[in-house]
Amino acid sequence: MRSLALNDLSHNKYYNWIVRNFFSTWLNTSLTIIALIFLYKIGTFFLDWAIFSADFKLNFQGQVITDRTMCSKNIAPGEYGACWTIIYARFDQFMYGLYPAEETWRVNLSFFLLPFAIIGFLFDKLPLRKYFIFFTFIYPFIAYFLLYGGPNLTIVETNKWGGLLVTLFLGVTGIGLAFPLSIALALGRRSNMPIIKSICVIFIEFIRGVPLITLLFTANVMLPLFLPEGVNPDNLLRALVAVTLFQSAYMAEAIRGGLQAIPRGQIEAAQSLGLTYWQTTRKIVLPQALKIAIPPIVNTCIGLFKDTSLVLIIGLFDLLGIGKAALADMTWTKLYYEVYVFIALVFFIFCFGMSRYSLYLEKKLKTDNS
Amino acid sequence: MKNNFIRKIIFDEKSRSLLIQTLTIGIFAFIIYILVQQTAYNLDKRGISSGFDFLNMSAGYDISIRLISFTSEDTHLRAYFVGLLNTLLIAICGCFLATILGFLVGIIRLSSNWLFKNIAYVYVEFTRNVPVLLQIILYYSILLHLPQIKQAIVLLDNFYLTNRGFFMPSPVPKEGFGIVIASLIFAIIASYFLKKYLKKRQETTGRQYPIFLMNSTLIIFIPVFFYYITGMPIEFDNPVLKGFNFKGGMVVRPEFLGMLFGLSIYTAAFISETVRSGIISVSKGQREASKALGLKNNLVMRLVIIPQALRVIIPPLTSQYLNLTKNSSLGIAIGYADLVHGFGGISLNQTGRAIEIMMIVMLTYLSISLIISIFMNIYNKSVQFKGNA
Repeated sequence: MRSLALNDLSHNKYYNWIVRNFFSTWLNTSLTIIALIFLYKIGTFFLDWAIFSADFKLNFQGQVITDRTMCSKNIAPGEYGACWTIIYARFDQFMYGLYPAEETWRVNLSFFLLPFAIIGFLFDKLPLRKYFIFFTFIYPFIAYFLLYGGPNLTIVETNKWGGLLVTLFLGVTGIGLAFPLSIALALGRRSNMPIIKSICVIFIEFIRGVPLITLLFTANVMLPLFLPEGVNPDNLLRALVAVTLFQSAYMAEAIRGGLQAIPRGQIEAAQSLGLTYWQTTRKIVLPQALKIAIPPIVNTCIGLFKDTSLVLIIGLFDLLGIGKAALADMTWTKLYYEVYVFIALVFFIFCFGMSRYSLYLEKKLKTDNS
Repeated sequence: MKNNFIRKIIFDEKSRSLLIQTLTIGIFAFIIYILVQQTAYNLDKRGISSGFDFLNMSAGYDISIRLISFTSEDTHLRAYFVGLLNTLLIAICGCFLATILGFLVGIIRLSSNWLFKNIAYVYVEFTRNVPVLLQIILYYSILLHLPQIKQAIVLLDNFYLTNRGFFMPSPVPKEGFGIVIASLIFAIIASYFLKKYLKKRQETTGRQYPIFLMNSTLIIFIPVFFYYITGMPIEFDNPVLKGFNFKGGMVVRPEFLGMLFGLSIYTAAFISETVRSGIISVSKGQREASKALGLKNNLVMRLVIIPQALRVIIPPLTSQYLNLTKNSSLGIAIGYADLVHGFGGISLNQTGRAIEIMMIVMLTYLSISLIISIFMNIYNKSVQFKGNA
């Protein structure tokens, strides 16, 4: 009877899955138990810290929190929950830096328009894609006008920019400017002309061989030395130059990978049809190569997006820089974990989103080619 | 005639490429000439002198984390070497730890236990999608929140965990310690030959020997034996609390630990992905065939899967090592005295020789990258398929 009952269960899909994944051997069973205990401990601690025992706007006595001494954990010794009030209190700075409060709608509007500018590039079967791509090309001008100012809009100097605005600005603009440059570099590296080729190789390998921070330092300290008097790019622009050069070298390598994947026959066929080098490149090689290269390109973009946090070392206030500034403020000092966890979460959302997109593309490429 | 010449340039590929390249060189030379002129003019105007003579001037600042002695009277050149050694130290320790952690996580991600697999997955996704700088700063601030010196956490005897670092006893060699070292070297050499001999025996007789067990006994036993024979020639200098700080012993600073944790935990996530894809890339038939031959699970892994997976793993692993080394320059954010922090930061501010110093720093990183690439390429060649080139 007993064996019969077991036999019945062994046909059950779920039962089998559970046994196979959790209790297949004694070792596996003990690992499961260890993992469960670990998850329970960490999970309850984290949830308790982040949500159940945490202060949002009020502390556990029901008072409105105005500075760090009002946080529950700084009043009662047994309390340890997070004090998220710092995020509320500084939310505008986290988003816009010192951007004038009455002008922040301009930043919001450019944030809002940004997805529409990118979406045309991301999905090739989008309805009305032509118009989205068109918008992609005019977006930089709109964003410049909105963010910096111009006719009818007061000018906001870039030293007032900060927080997510700077992070996104450096990330998006760096990637956007690096893209054409990297195509040129990748094509140059595969060129038959030895001098063009060696210039591209030296540039790419040099940039890839040094840390971004040295490039940022160089741009910050040396750019004013290289340029004529009167031309004095502000700090954000200097950082942008370094970030763009850095990104273009990495992106060029990703594109070179795509170029290498194009069979020689494609180029020969195009040439035998009488197409010139530029026609071949523009109509035959690049469309195919870029399609293959997009997943690695997205990966370099994730890397760049994370690396924009380095600008805090040269004194810019990106998201992390604003976080450190918030912690330096006596009103909120010592709430390290709250600030860092919040910033980590923001970066995670962007980077994880990009990595999912790159995975989606890889899957699509696989099915397209088979 | 003239028309023909232009025709040739436009339509003949060779002469056209020659023309384009000459033009490129010309434009490049022109840009560089302008830049040099402009820079010289700007330097002159700001009264900044140039040259490498500053390397022999006294640095005038102190470096707290150092492997070789350094005082504020020492030269900038020595500051450079202190920084370089610190960079190499963190890079080597980081690569070592990241590799171990990465392989571990990579293998866990392929385990049959669903929970373990997914804990590893969450770890990978969370660490690689958050900037390494943020992680370094986060771990550093956790370390700074350890108890103060007076309330140090005591781990074992004489190991103290505090917000000023991890204090531990330092070994002081006494007379006769050389013999122990010599015996250790002897044991390592002996074990190498023993391994060779036993492998040969195995090939001729077919008998297997527990080589690893025998060798590790050899390497442990001989030095320990000599250690006791020579009368235990190591003394431990214990850290003792005196006033506000520990005296004696040695200390691992929180800056170093923060860098180490940040770099290795971040890089391990990437390494684990390359390890995972490397192991997946070994075809299923290989595993099945070795199982059919009667190999045990761990032998299948060690003799069949890993050697083949390494071929796929090594190239991306190299670039992860390079990334880690370059990311070690982030020490400046938490005050770890590496090349960029000391020489590239403080020396630069004191001497104002931005161009020279940044050039030296960049060239140093380039050389380190090159050396790592060369070594990894040699290793890569040794794990690749042999014979079917």
